[in-house]
Amino acid sequence: MIEALLVVRWQAAVVKDIIARTARIKSFVLAPSRPFKFLAGQHVNVRLTAPDGYRAMRSYSIASSPENPCQIELAIEHLGNGEVSPFFHEVVKVGDEIELQGPLGGHFLWSKIDGGPLLLVGGGSGLVPLMAIIRHREAVARDVPIMLLLSARNWDDVLYRDELLALDERRNGFTLVLTLTREPPRRDADYGRRVDTLMMAEILRRLPSSPRHVFACGTNPFVNAAVDGAIAAGTPASIIRTERYGT
Amino acid sequence: MVTRGFTGRQQPADVGHRLPPGQHIVNDFPVLSAGPTPRIALDQWRFTLKVGPQPLMSWNWTEFNALPQTKITRDIHCVTTWSKLDTSWEGVLIDDILAEAGIEPPTAFVLAHSYGGYSTNVPVADLTGGLAMVAVRYEGRPLEPDHGGPARLLVPHLYFWKSAKWLNALQFINRDEPGFWELRGYHIYGDPWREQRYTDD
Repeated sequence: MIEALLVVRWQAAVVKDIIARTARIKSFVLAPSRPFKFLAGQHVNVRLTAPDGYRAMRSYSIASSPENPCQIELAIEHLGNGEVSPFFHEVVKVGDEIELQGPLGGHFLWSKIDGGPLLLVGGGSGLVPLMAIIRHREAVARDVPIMLLLSARNWDDVLYRDELLALDERRNGFTLVLTLTREPPRRDADYGRRVDTLMMAEILRRLPSSPRHVFACGTNPFVNAAVDGAIAAGTPASIIRTERYGT
Repeated sequence: MVTRGFTGRQQPADVGHRLPPGQHIVNDFPVLSAGPTPRIALDQWRFTLKVGPQPLMSWNWTEFNALPQTKITRDIHCVTTWSKLDTSWEGVLIDDILAEAGIEPPTAFVLAHSYGGYSTNVPVADLTGGLAMVAVRYEGRPLEPDHGGPARLLVPHLYFWKSAKWLNALQFINRDEPGFWELRGYHIYGDPWREQRYTDD
């Protein structure tokens, strides 16, 4: 799972499309001037430079599948007190150039050869790197069973909701379980509370066999709740990878 | 390349000189880790000093806390671009651990090992001379598991992935061998002031 140690230089990328996903999340489709191969789960750095030379850099996970390296999709949540995400939401337009550096990240990755079953647990915009895994599996590895437990505040806050519901309805080995924390569930298989130990035990029992890999991404308290629950239900800590944000 | 429409947030002038290139100040304390948070009971905790494969000396929690305690206040810098100023820590300087073990550093490099399997490499010169400690308290309180408790390495002048959480061993090694993130694309040394984030920086 160790990535090749590539030189990751800064390059310009053109904003090709901006898509509103939820009230707080927009997708930015970027065309790098020098496209690069990447793995599902990896991220890029973006760098903004002011006229006085001041720079701000942040990391964003890639949501799109590695099958198309010429157009990469970042899904960026608007953080009200942030410096970079409000700029993307309020200022960036199609046709703008943004500097980026990638691919980065050598651990929170999945490729076909890593196999499954996979358990993915995402909270809010923590879905983004998991989405790349889901899309990659759909493109090249439909025999790999994969379950996504996705937590969101409300039905309308579920990032990529329509795409995920359509994938779920194919019944081809991808299973979606939603848990909504601020309104009741809308589907029989879903939950209406925060992720907890009991939920993780039930989710693990719904997989056809024990997961080979578990990926959890979201805020730190969310990831702790999901991971501690999975471990309490017998999942070895060694197969769990996490990506966290916040405190 | 100037980014159209970006002016940026002014960093406070009085502390700007304390910010390495590409960093910004946070007031909270973000938590980043690659796997589950290990929960280590204090009566199960051990810390071992090794030379190569050979254990040299080992301490349980009570014994370790009986070593001389030092307080330091430092700025810390995470490779993900946040920096946090004036963080205060308490623990045992590496100098005092070596003195207790009665040794001079036998090699020039160390691998730090953690509960959960994490490791990171640091030159001995960056651990001694008062530069680094095994921290057991943060801001006057026992170090929380999310921040590396019971004990973490603290090497504040390098990017913070070098300050291994959940530390359980320091191992002297002959060559500078990459640890967990150093094998996965991050810089072998990690000096924030030279912006050594990735392998070829």
